[in-house]
Amino acid sequence: MRAVAAILAAVLTAAAHADAPRFKIERGEACVLPTAEMRRDHMKVLLRQRDLTMHQGIREPRFSLKNCVDCHASRATGSVLGKDGFCSSCHTYAAVSIDCFECHSPQRRAQAAAKP
Amino acid sequence: MNPDRRQLLRWGAAAAAGAALAPGFRLIELAQARSPQEAASRLQRWGLLIDITKCGECDACVTACGEENGWTGHGRAETDPQWIRTVHLRDRRTGYAQTLPLMCQHCEHPPCVDVCPTGASFKRADGIVLVDKHTCIGCRYCVMACPYGARSFVHEAVSGQKPDVPRGKGTVESCTLCVHRVDRGETPACVEACNRDGGGAMAFGDLNDASSTIHRRLVNEPSSQIRADLALNTGVRYQGL
Amino acid sequence: MASLHYREIDGRSGAYAALLAALGALVLAGLAAAWTMEHQGHHITGMTNRIVWGLPHVFAVFLIVAASGALNVASIASVFGRELYKPLARLSGLLAVTLLAGGLAVLVLDLGRPERLIVAMTHYNFKSIFAWNIFLYTGFFALVAVYLWTMFERRMNRHSARLGLAAFVWRLVLTTGTGSIFGFLVAREAYDSALLAPLFIVMSFSFGLAIFVLVLMAACRWTGRPLGDAVLERLRKLLGVFAAAVLYFVAVYHLTSLYMTRQHEVERFFLWDGGIYTALFWLGQVLIGGIVPLALLFGTASRRALAAAALAVILGGIAQVYVLIIGGQAYPQLMFPGKDVSSSFFDGVVASYAPSLPEAALAVGGVALALVLTALALKVLPFLPRSLADGELAA
Repeated sequence: MRAVAAILAAVLTAAAHADAPRFKIERGEACVLPTAEMRRDHMKVLLRQRDLTMHQGIREPRFSLKNCVDCHASRATGSVLGKDGFCSSCHTYAAVSIDCFECHSPQRRAQAAAKP
Repeated sequence: MNPDRRQLLRWGAAAAAGAALAPGFRLIELAQARSPQEAASRLQRWGLLIDITKCGECDACVTACGEENGWTGHGRAETDPQWIRTVHLRDRRTGYAQTLPLMCQHCEHPPCVDVCPTGASFKRADGIVLVDKHTCIGCRYCVMACPYGARSFVHEAVSGQKPDVPRGKGTVESCTLCVHRVDRGETPACVEACNRDGGGAMAFGDLNDASSTIHRRLVNEPSSQIRADLALNTGVRYQGL
Repeated sequence: MASLHYREIDGRSGAYAALLAALGALVLAGLAAAWTMEHQGHHITGMTNRIVWGLPHVFAVFLIVAASGALNVASIASVFGRELYKPLARLSGLLAVTLLAGGLAVLVLDLGRPERLIVAMTHYNFKSIFAWNIFLYTGFFALVAVYLWTMFERRMNRHSARLGLAAFVWRLVLTTGTGSIFGFLVAREAYDSALLAPLFIVMSFSFGLAIFVLVLMAACRWTGRPLGDAVLERLRKLLGVFAAAVLYFVAVYHLTSLYMTRQHEVERFFLWDGGIYTALFWLGQVLIGGIVPLALLFGTASRRALAAAALAVILGGIAQVYVLIIGGQAYPQLMFPGKDVSSSFFDGVVASYAPSLPEAALAVGGVALALVLTALALKVLPFLPRSLADGELAA
């Protein structure tokens, strides 16, 4: 976890580095949690919310994966995966595989795409 | 009884009552769909009532389910998923023919939940039987165990999933009673399609809610379960079988 | 037993290298098949939504059942105190471990999400016999490893009887658990029976001993170690008794089923008009797996007859597991008594199944894994006695 945060910090401050993940956060003023917290703990947040939604049916809209995708999906491709995708760019760089999107749709939802 | 023991019993009873009133457990009946932040409750039990005398030759329910949940065929009937299918019956003695839609029966005592080694196949508090794809290892024991053949194994990579219905290769899936719609206060897609385009055979509701249509119909009209002999107390009931 | 009576095999001959290479190639083919199945999905196999457990599971269950039975010889030595079997105990323990490893490898590699094995080992639903089996199988490995250690380590020899008893009880529970995988299912007409657990126990005795006999004969012959008639005579009689016991359980199972009118259709399927399943039942399971071995074992006393009988038991056993697992799934689920049923999901019809190449490769790969581990272990540690000639044995 700390290593991931350290890598991310190094990556994002060394923007001139050729391999640094490039992604644009294209919507919203802020994420649902502070950036530093998200960088460090987004998996914990996701896993916790996943279990609450799956087993208890608690569907807090702010913390749903769909909401994350709606906000973070690339304006061009509408996806969080792909070359400059929000999730895949960091994860590819850090070589941490994610299998969320084997099942979950990485695409922004239609009604969210309609909003500016 | 000595006073200390009496006091302990009082504290114990109070603690038990307090635990029972902990968040998520409501003393009053839930009248409408719960808000997204609330947990599913044992006070509700979702179910279907299907009058197969009204079930004709259409497959509106199957098409609607496929569209809503994003499962389509790859042209390989034996390995393609089917969350719901129309079953044609013909009595061997009399020749009497019937059709009915068959999906996960959302049993109260689901065999699929009993056999799942990781607990991925589980029953939610409000009676909907689901597969937690995060924990499913794809062993297919639940497919063996389901008396209704309701489960499908995903035999190939999936793309273009509906955002509300994640599904992927190597896990097992089945009818979710459109849990994403139910949690929003809507009815399952099959019920909506049947009432809109089909014979109006399907009804959905809270079996525990005495004021619901489905509850009243079950009280006043005959109905049956498929494989009632297994005593699974299914959430899906049929009329006309 | 003094350890100078046991010795590793030389393992320097070309034939040994060729054996390892051949088995290794089969293991690699199995791994390649598993890789392809995992990446492309199970649609490349013959398994379908009606037949979800196919040839890999047949072989996996066979190997797992045989593994617990292979420990029998060691149990007879340690638990029942028969001195004659003591020199065979180490090989018996080794086979138990390697056969189980082979079977489990096939099972795990066939999972839809094999990378989630760690999930299976950390999340448990204890109402599921599968969850219990995970503990039973891993515990078996550990227990037999310790048991073997008590046999190898001279200071620990006095504990081997206790460990032997523990391993014996554990394998009975394990095999009961394996049989109960099917016995607990209400959904299929061919399962849902308390008889399946004890049937699996006697199957394990029979298959495990058959494999043990063949491996023992092959190992002694190929390393030039004498194998006396006294040992083989005992094993011959034992195998005959076990094969007869399996026939008995199968007979009781079917006779009881035949007595119930509601079971007539499923019995007719298996015993009369089930096509491949009927053929495998009568020719494979009953004839080759039961009658032929009994004739060979109680008829002639030759080694060739014993080896042939053991092979027949193994082939018949695979047929038996195939009929149980695949036939049990192929027969339609009876949801609507008295009605002909049809649907787009193959309700009401006998499901068709044809094993595919990836499945066969994976299944055979598991067998090869068990055998190559055995062959390697024999070279690394002294599992095999230097001589099992008649004069050398204690009793």
